[in-house]
Amino acid sequence: MAVTDIPSRQDADPTPGQILVRRALGHRGITIGATLVLAITVLAVLAPVLAAHDPYQQDLFNRLQPPVWHAQGDWGHLLGTDHLGRDYFARMLYGAQISLMIGFGTVLIAGAIGTVLGVAAGYFGGRVDMVVTFLISVRLSTPIVLVSLAVVAIVGGSLQVVVIVLGLLLWDRFAVVMRSSTMQVRGLDYVTAAQAVGCSTTRILVTEIMPNVVNNLIVVTTLEVAHAILLEAVLSFLGLGVQPPTPSWGLMISEGRESLLFDPWLITIPGVALVTLVLAINLLGDGIRDVTSPEGR
Amino acid sequence: MLIYSFKRFGLALLVALVVSVLSFLLLFLSGDPAVAIAGEDASEQDIQAVREFYGFDRPFLVQYVDWLSGFISGDFGYSYYFNIPVADLILDRIGVTLQLGLAAVILATVVAVPLGVAAAIRPNTLIDRFALFLSVFGQAMPSFWFALVLIVVFSVNLRWLPTSGAETWQHFILPTVVIAYFAMPAIMRLTRGGMMEVLSADYIRTARAKGLQPSRVLFKHALRNAIIPVVSLAAVQFGFMLSGSIVVETIFAINGAGHLAWESINRNDLATVQALILLFAMIYVVINFLADLFNAWLDPRVRVA
Repeated sequence: MAVTDIPSRQDADPTPGQILVRRALGHRGITIGATLVLAITVLAVLAPVLAAHDPYQQDLFNRLQPPVWHAQGDWGHLLGTDHLGRDYFARMLYGAQISLMIGFGTVLIAGAIGTVLGVAAGYFGGRVDMVVTFLISVRLSTPIVLVSLAVVAIVGGSLQVVVIVLGLLLWDRFAVVMRSSTMQVRGLDYVTAAQAVGCSTTRILVTEIMPNVVNNLIVVTTLEVAHAILLEAVLSFLGLGVQPPTPSWGLMISEGRESLLFDPWLITIPGVALVTLVLAINLLGDGIRDVTSPEGR
Repeated sequence: MLIYSFKRFGLALLVALVVSVLSFLLLFLSGDPAVAIAGEDASEQDIQAVREFYGFDRPFLVQYVDWLSGFISGDFGYSYYFNIPVADLILDRIGVTLQLGLAAVILATVVAVPLGVAAAIRPNTLIDRFALFLSVFGQAMPSFWFALVLIVVFSVNLRWLPTSGAETWQHFILPTVVIAYFAMPAIMRLTRGGMMEVLSADYIRTARAKGLQPSRVLFKHALRNAIIPVVSLAAVQFGFMLSGSIVVETIFAINGAGHLAWESINRNDLATVQALILLFAMIYVVINFLADLFNAWLDPRVRVA
């Protein structure tokens, strides 16, 4: 092999970050998932611009208009109107906002609780680990749908209440994953070295442990966003989540149930949207796991 | 094994105790439960009467101990709404729910295990892709929506199956399918993963090298080991299914414990809600405990941990 064949240093040694980005872009799940999530987020954010109608504006003379691809559909109401004559397209867009807010809000609370518990259990071990493991078992034994339904019924349903209730219930997977990944990192040489040098526990946790478990944290976060969105839809469908007239997709499916027989698109449209969003987030999460896990390299 | 069992039992008992405290506290989340029962516009005397009748005027701890000892001895309290003892109410409804859950677990296992095995033997083929597709969709589809779609297709359009009720066995087909579909992905993934791991183990290579029949290697040597975690997962899934039954029973109008939960939550019938939460949690704890024991019995390594 001639000396000139050796590629320049820059090509030969991409940084780990570059490798990761390249692998991510080559991963079909990630590209599809990320594109869809991005598209839905953009639609949700631009809802006030894109929607020609007010999602709350009732128009009782134009009830249950079919979507545009139906024979009687027209371009004035892209996805038709619901049982109160509200524009379905506008409601779908604002519904995306609700779903995303629930997903991210819940994960913010649940992620904070779960990460603190999991990292503490994994790093300190011993008694702390015993207590956290016990808390996880308690949480897993609590029937999540039943408890959140009951709490929402007692306290009253609203976006904030749903986010808080789900946030306080969905931390278990964060704790489980953070605990085991911290345990794996804890015994490694650089952590021992930091301890030997005399770094404070806070410093070790923040600069040595966290950067090395953050990949797993991202994966759980993604999957739990999807989980939270599905649960909100269930709660709202059962009438004990986000309250009408808020355009939640779960609630829209529940309202469309009345006209299941003659206007099935009332449940098809929000249902397909829900499946697409959750599927996209899950694909993204699974993809990130594939790309960042050491076995995948 | 005995020490391990005792440890596990103690832990399960402790978990159960904490859950019982939590579900008891739920009653007081709304403020004064007496007001909730008597109604918003009840007079002060009426509220006081309710308070005394249900014993809300006693110290907190006394109420809890009283409630818990009642629960243990089978007295789950009195339903404010249905006006009968909660225990009778639940006993009347739980049968259907357990039947439904059991049928769904069996259906899910019967479909998911062979699929997982097939996917593990031939990774990255059509069958593997199909299995992955099913499991990815199973995790993304909300159960209530899937149920409605099935109703539209099989009951409304094809008119093959009834939409709601629980009179004949046909009524149970759609609900069972819905619940089973959601238990399937996890079972399938675990079977596939376990099978792939086992198939690359040394003793499988040895068995093959000895010239054993491929099917014998597969079922006697590989599946036997891969199935262990699947059994406990299926058991745990059964516990989750009780939660799933709330949605499914409500949609298909099946008068089981899940539907009862939804009704009593809507009617503010807190005694029933509390009892159901504790009961569902207990069922989960017991199943989990049994699954742990089962695992330890099969795999001695677990006992040491």
